[in-house]
Amino acid sequence: MKQKYKKAVTDGLIFAILCVLVAAFLAPVAFVILNSFKGRLYISDAPFALPNGETFAGLANYQNGIEKTDFFRAFGYSLFITVFSVLAILFFTSMTAYFLTRVKSKFTAGLYYMFVFSMIVPFQMVMFTMSKLANSLRLNNPVGMVILYLGFGAGLSVFMFCGFIKSIPLEIEEAAMIDGCNPLQTFFGVVMPILKPTAITVAILNAMWIWNDYLLPYLVIGLGTKYKTIPVAVQYLVGSYGAKDMGAMMALLVLSIIPIIVFYLASQKYIIEGVVAGAVKG
Amino acid sequence: MQKTLKRYFPIFVLPTLIAFAFAFIVPFVMGVYLSFCSFRTITNAQFTGVRNYIRIFEDRDFLNALWFTVKFSVLSILTINVISFVLALALTRKIRGTNLFRTVFFMPNLIGGIILGYIWQQMINAVLLRYETTLVANAAYGFWGLVILMNWQMIGYMMIIYVAGLQNVPTELLEAARIDGANGLQTLFRVKIPMVMPSITICLFLTLSNSFKLFDQNLALTAGAPSKRTAMLALDIYNTFYGRSGYEGVGQAKAVLFFLIVAAIALGQLILTRRKEVEQ
Repeated sequence: MKQKYKKAVTDGLIFAILCVLVAAFLAPVAFVILNSFKGRLYISDAPFALPNGETFAGLANYQNGIEKTDFFRAFGYSLFITVFSVLAILFFTSMTAYFLTRVKSKFTAGLYYMFVFSMIVPFQMVMFTMSKLANSLRLNNPVGMVILYLGFGAGLSVFMFCGFIKSIPLEIEEAAMIDGCNPLQTFFGVVMPILKPTAITVAILNAMWIWNDYLLPYLVIGLGTKYKTIPVAVQYLVGSYGAKDMGAMMALLVLSIIPIIVFYLASQKYIIEGVVAGAVKG
Repeated sequence: MQKTLKRYFPIFVLPTLIAFAFAFIVPFVMGVYLSFCSFRTITNAQFTGVRNYIRIFEDRDFLNALWFTVKFSVLSILTINVISFVLALALTRKIRGTNLFRTVFFMPNLIGGIILGYIWQQMINAVLLRYETTLVANAAYGFWGLVILMNWQMIGYMMIIYVAGLQNVPTELLEAARIDGANGLQTLFRVKIPMVMPSITICLFLTLSNSFKLFDQNLALTAGAPSKRTAMLALDIYNTFYGRSGYEGVGQAKAVLFFLIVAAIALGQLILTRRKEVEQ
């Protein structure tokens, strides 16, 4: 009885501490939302005060931020690049992983190790040469970005697909082959459906990274073009207007996290499972 | 089956391989070569041997950045892992609101580094405003700002890995410990922590590589201010490439050195885990 009472008290205490922590975790987001509704000249006066009749600016900051960065266009390019890069990665790297696992030769083994090797190479190692190469190959547009992300995402994705394909018994595929399937039919009809859990993990890990990536689109596409993604647009606004228009910046920060939070709340289960699975395998 | 599949090489492998060559293989090989060259654009590269590597140490930028990165990484790894492990323990007690807590703690991990950096820049500056100073007035503010930001971003991520690890500890083992009269702390150190060692290894590796390679957050929060004193390695390399004309070769040499450090850490970690796996 005493034991039970003690546990209830401890749990109550832990619950209270966790509540405080939740507030601390949400504070920066709340802070940005709060200030996004204040007139830009009032933000630095009393940054933690609620907006009142004098300082409330309605949606003026949002209008301003959207106009200055062409936010919806940036959102569109971010979405285009992320969706098509993830689709390309899923489609092509799963096929590559299948080939590398099923065809045993020195060449496939070497290629596999090259993909694994690429995972530990920091981006700074290749950023200068890669951006020059991308420019000379005219990859400085959204479609080119998809090709580059396929190349950059290949390491982790091939590695994860290979790990899973190794565990699929060969008999299933052999049966399909005997029934007259060619390798393409075998792969898409038999192997691909089994790969689904790994595919979800690969898709989530790549989507999170590509959506938020700043340096690759900045170096390849740059600030000067209309193809800015959201992180590039945020950096562009701050670089050119930051000190002058804090209101627009706050509004833009809020706008940038809304899509992520909506996506997160809608598919939280998959994201958390995918991240755990990815961490354990990676 | 292998033979038929082999003929499908152009369909199965070639598209990935071409993209991989554009994004990684060719730039990597060129990068290694160019680190031994003097160049402004790639076409006028001239071989100069190890001169770039010597010029890295002309000024103290690289060593300062290395030291800053090491300090930052050690502190972040410790704080992130301790806090996230404690949170994971709290969230495996089946108390009310566990799902909500998990949702909130993990959320910052999904927000991109640039956006996170600016959110915290605004927040920290608002606090420092009361003391009539700013984030870029003192390198210590930038350092602690980065540590707080990194904790905010990574704690939830590490926490869910620890939660998964703790949930896999067999209940029979915990029962047995309880019957044998172990108290809470003994169960924690003698049963739970040894059983989640694999999770600890993963989390240490993830926090280490993420802190060591940090760039976006560093750029957005302080961009190295005041006077490069809060620049980490990745940012220092970026600044050498794009901030100083005539230093492209030095930047590339720094990048190679950075790669070697990261590879050595990854290899060391791999050997350590292998050894542990053999023991088990």
